[in-house]
Amino acid sequence: MQNLRPINEYRRMRDPAGSNSTRESPVMLSSSLDSQEEVSIEEEVENSDAASATLGNVRCDNPYIVAENIDVFYGDNHAIQDVTLEIAKNQVVALIGPSGCGKSTFLRCLNRMNDSIDSARVTGTITLDGENIHSKSLDPVALRARVGMVFQKPNPFPKSIYDNVAYGPRIHGLANDRAELDNIVHTSLERAGLLKEVKNRLDDPGTGLSGGQQQRLCIARTIAVDPEVILMDEPCSALDPIATAKIEDLMDELSENYAIVIVTHSMQQAARVSRRVAYFHLGKLIEVDETDKIFTNPSHKLTEDYVTGRIG
Amino acid sequence: MQTTTLTLILIAIATGAFYFGRERSLLLASGQRKLASLHSLPGYYGYYTAIWALLPALAVLLIWLLIEPRIIVAMIVKALPDAQRALSSGELNLLVNNIRNYATGDIVAGDIEPFLRDAATQYQHLVAVSRHLLVTLSIGLATLGGVFAWRQITPEFRARNRVETVVGGLLIAASSIAILTTIGIVMSVLFEAIRFFREVPVTEFLFGLNWSPQTAIRADQVGSSGSFGAIPLFTGTLLITGIAMFVSVPVGIMTAIYLAEYSSTRIRSITKPVLEILAGIPTVVYGFFAALTVAPIVRRVGESMGFEVASDSALAAGLVMGIMIIPLVSSLSDDAINAVPRAMRDGALALGSTRSETMIKVLLPAALPGIVGGVLLAVSRAIGETMIVVMAAGLAANLTANPLEAVTTVTVQIVTLLVGDQEFDSAKTLAAFALGLMLFLITLGLNVLGLQVVRKYREEYD
Repeated sequence: MQNLRPINEYRRMRDPAGSNSTRESPVMLSSSLDSQEEVSIEEEVENSDAASATLGNVRCDNPYIVAENIDVFYGDNHAIQDVTLEIAKNQVVALIGPSGCGKSTFLRCLNRMNDSIDSARVTGTITLDGENIHSKSLDPVALRARVGMVFQKPNPFPKSIYDNVAYGPRIHGLANDRAELDNIVHTSLERAGLLKEVKNRLDDPGTGLSGGQQQRLCIARTIAVDPEVILMDEPCSALDPIATAKIEDLMDELSENYAIVIVTHSMQQAARVSRRVAYFHLGKLIEVDETDKIFTNPSHKLTEDYVTGRIG
Repeated sequence: MQTTTLTLILIAIATGAFYFGRERSLLLASGQRKLASLHSLPGYYGYYTAIWALLPALAVLLIWLLIEPRIIVAMIVKALPDAQRALSSGELNLLVNNIRNYATGDIVAGDIEPFLRDAATQYQHLVAVSRHLLVTLSIGLATLGGVFAWRQITPEFRARNRVETVVGGLLIAASSIAILTTIGIVMSVLFEAIRFFREVPVTEFLFGLNWSPQTAIRADQVGSSGSFGAIPLFTGTLLITGIAMFVSVPVGIMTAIYLAEYSSTRIRSITKPVLEILAGIPTVVYGFFAALTVAPIVRRVGESMGFEVASDSALAAGLVMGIMIIPLVSSLSDDAINAVPRAMRDGALALGSTRSETMIKVLLPAALPGIVGGVLLAVSRAIGETMIVVMAAGLAANLTANPLEAVTTVTVQIVTLLVGDQEFDSAKTLAAFALGLMLFLITLGLNVLGLQVVRKYREEYD
């Protein structure tokens, strides 16, 4: 229920005398929608001051990914509204916000995973290293090899640990012979901090590992393709604190070579791992700034309420 | 009094018992908490009383109706003159039938002799007495049962638990009907098969290469002595099933892949129901399609290429059977592919796999056990399929692997053996049971294997 509080609270803020029933119903509705917005609340936000432009600084030095005026629709549902955000290499950007605020949707725009949803429609431009990812000449398959993704739930393939990591290099022809492939698999597992634990059982099924190990296997699988960007959609939400700590350390190391975008519900995690934080609220990007600034001195009232725990 | 009337009266008594039982519990409910002072809700006390009123009386009624005719007949036979009692059992049966007919006013075969008239009078008398006894007994029992239960009711009495026990018993009885019937069928097949194996050695049946079940009925008849080697039948079945699987497995799996991964929602919403309609076509329709359309085409095409094709070739029957099974294979494979978690698909796509790589390298291997299970179920369906092969496959038990020749299958032979007038104690008739037993064992084995594989697969992801 924690994630549902913000909307509730927010309505109370706008309408202190609101009756119980009007406060209750949107909460009930929004609980059934995770990645999609609740229309009636959306309209209220539009009427409020939250509709104004993003505060803080959406730009950064040497941007690698530039998303300009992104709108996403699921059917008639306007899931993301006019989001502009730049992401540079060698930094971790955390996307935070209450459930259903569009952060995962935005993340999935960056590697065009929304393509596989029939009703989804994306407008605006996203460039990766200066190249428009929506241009006809760019194959989404090639794009996804450059922009890796780690999911909320560990999803190793029902294959051996070795084959899980070797999957990407094999389909992209990254290794010329078995020795090279071995090398890629070992390096990837090593960098994902998993090699020590699985060195002697590379032929065991990947599904037999613990949850935290499975997630690191998925990270190894992603970096084996040698992407430029890694997207992480709440990578630690299904893990215990120890496994979480390992993954966070890993993100720290990986940020030296990759641009990392992480969606998280944990403010502590965002504070620990990210350089910049973007706060989403009901499909709008409210504020983007350096992590310190967001957590100590946010500019927007909504951001402040969220990070201080008054909502969410 | 008719049995129906009696049953209705019993039900009326039970309804009354329900009412009185409920009323009594309501009367006994006391104190501030009223209903809460009762152990069960008032309705349960009513049901409890009604059960006691109805079940024992119904049980007596049922048993009575089962054994009454036998006892009456035994008593009549005992009273018959010695001459008649000495008759053989068959003639005695006829006589008793005559007596019964005379008593009920039907037409009687032969002359009416005095002893027959006496016996008929006695029969009428016995039936009347038995009816009176039955009515008194069951109504009395219903009333007694109701009163007994009614007197038991106290606020502490656990009526709900007892009612639930009875309901549980009813549910068990309902589920055992199907099981017991199946066991009965299997047993009868088994015992008849054993009778067959007394006449024809098991080894000859299992390993004999010659099937020609015609036997001489009379000792002086000119006819073959019959040979019961089942191998040609099973190879024929295998050949036709093989052709059917050769058609249905690739087509079915490719259909499933298309539906699960490539088709648009609109095409899927049309194709799926159409495939299900295909699965609903009666096999007899496929049968004449095979016999009248496909077989001539196969023959014409084959002969134009210089092959000798029998008009009832295994190929035609197998092809049509394969088409019949496509929906089964595709729908089970589609389910198996769709059961692979979406996360698996997303994971593969996010690594930059194309759709076909996702399908071939991730989804199909993950769905393979489910697909194999589905194919095994399809095989057992093909082996047991009767109508198509009866109409399209031949009757000649050729031992051949050539699909252009006529072969026959186990099911076809069972049908031929049992159609028409049969002597039940001849090896020819009994052979059908032996074949049925073999068929049952094979399909049972395949089904168990198939379900096992499917289940193992399910456990992996749930």
